[in-house]
This record gives sequence, C-alpha cells and structure tokens, in this order.
Amino acid sequence: MSDTKVKKMLFILSKATLENVYAAFVMANGARMEGIESEIFFTFFGLEAIQKKKLEHLHVATVGNPAMHMPTMLGGLPGVEALASNMMKKEMDKLDMPPVGEFLEILSDSGCKLWACKLAVDMFHLEEKDLIDDLDGILTIGDFYSRADQDGTQLLFI
Amino acid sequence: MDKTIAQATVSVDQEGYLTDFSQWNKEIGTEIAKEQGIEMTDKHWEIIDFIQDKFKNEEPLSIRGIKKSGVINIKEFYALFPGGPLKKATMIAGIPKPKSCI
Repeated sequence: MSDTKVKKMLFILSKATLENVYAAFVMANGARMEGIESEIFFTFFGLEAIQKKKLEHLHVATVGNPAMHMPTMLGGLPGVEALASNMMKKEMDKLDMPPVGEFLEILSDSGCKLWACKLAVDMFHLEEKDLIDDLDGILTIGDFYSRADQDGTQLLFI
Repeated sequence: MDKTIAQATVSVDQEGYLTDFSQWNKEIGTEIAKEQGIEMTDKHWEIIDFIQDKFKNEEPLSIRGIKKSGVINIKEFYALFPGGPLKKATMIAGIPKPKSCI
C-alpha cells in the first residue's frame, strides 16, 4: 500500500494508436512502481491493444494529428503511417520501451489488472480466445465502476 | 544532510537516498530496509547485488531490466519489495532513485 493520497488509478483506453496505448501503459506501470494500484479497461478501439493478432501492429496517427508536422494529405498516402510507426517504435526501443506484447506482460506481472469491455467485445464479435492470455476478465461498465468504489481512486479516460 | 544509520553517519538526500555510495555497507542496507518494513533475506541481497552492479556499470535501471535480469521475475520483485519495488530496492542498495519513467 502506498503512502500517497492516490491509492488506485483506473484507466479507460478507448483508442489503439501507439501514442495513446503507450500513454496508458506508461502511466499504469508508473503507478505500480510507486506502490499505487492500477487497472486498465480496454474499450472500443482500445481492444486492438489486447487482441493477439493485432497488438504488435498498432500505428501512430499520421492523419488529423497536427503534432506530426506533416501535411494531412501526405499522412494519408499508402505506407506513410507504417513508416512513421516504425520510426517511432525504433525511438522507443532506444529508451528501452518494451513492445506492446511485452509491456502487457510486464503490467500483468506487476499486478496491474487488465479488463476488456463487454459491450465492445460483443460489438466487434470477439471471443476470449482472440484476446491476450493475461487478460483478467471481461467486464461491464457497472463492474468497472464497482472496482472504483474506494477512497483515493482516480479514473482516467484515454 | 547527514543521518545516522547502523552507527554510521552517512549523507542522504531529502527522500532518504544515500548520496555517496562509498558510504554504504550491508548493515546500513539492512537498517534502511527495516525502516521500509522489509526484512532482508538471501534473495533480497541477490537483487541488491544485481542493481548495484548495474549502477557501477552506469547502466540505467528499469522494470524491463529486472525482467531480463535472470535473477528474479517481476512478480517476485513486487512480492519482495512491496509498494514501489525499484524505489525501495535502490534506497536499500544505497544508490540514487531511478530517473526512468519505465
């Protein structure tokens, strides 16, 4: 148990772009490293990050992302998104940032709970076998809120 | 600032990390661990040795490095140093708190 006022961080990850997935992972891992409990609820496109077949193929958004400093039309050309994603993955590797699959293992081993959103799982016609083995379960939003029901809990939507 | 740990005077920073590794010894490590609520065992010392080696070789510490260490897995690491394992282990080891975000 931590001495901090924040006792538990709950993240809702709704997007599957690399920048959003890593933001959630780094913060969830950072919480555990500080002795704070953490959990991630993967919903809508966020589910891509826990699908066995998709998690190593996530991209950065090159279109509609002004911080890429790239004309939107260029960002939309075939291959540009893949190129930018590979460049970013290389930079992250230099900082010893693990790839998505390994990061999920680290999170799970660190005691971070990983949940899939039931509604989104049904909507994308996914089954449990499509999702990572380290998944802690499939929850409704009600179940998730009940996990937030204690003092010092913060919820963050990414 | 100076602090007396295990009958020795050592300099520490505001959070209690030793600022001069040469002042560290096992008794000091054991005492800091007690303050953190940790009773040191052989397994604990094995990890402390590992992270001190990393420090001496100026290699950055991260949770990923622990995973790859071959000394311990992440689950055991959290179990041995509950409530912020790398933070506590580095304090016991007498080295600075890791600056990495991972």
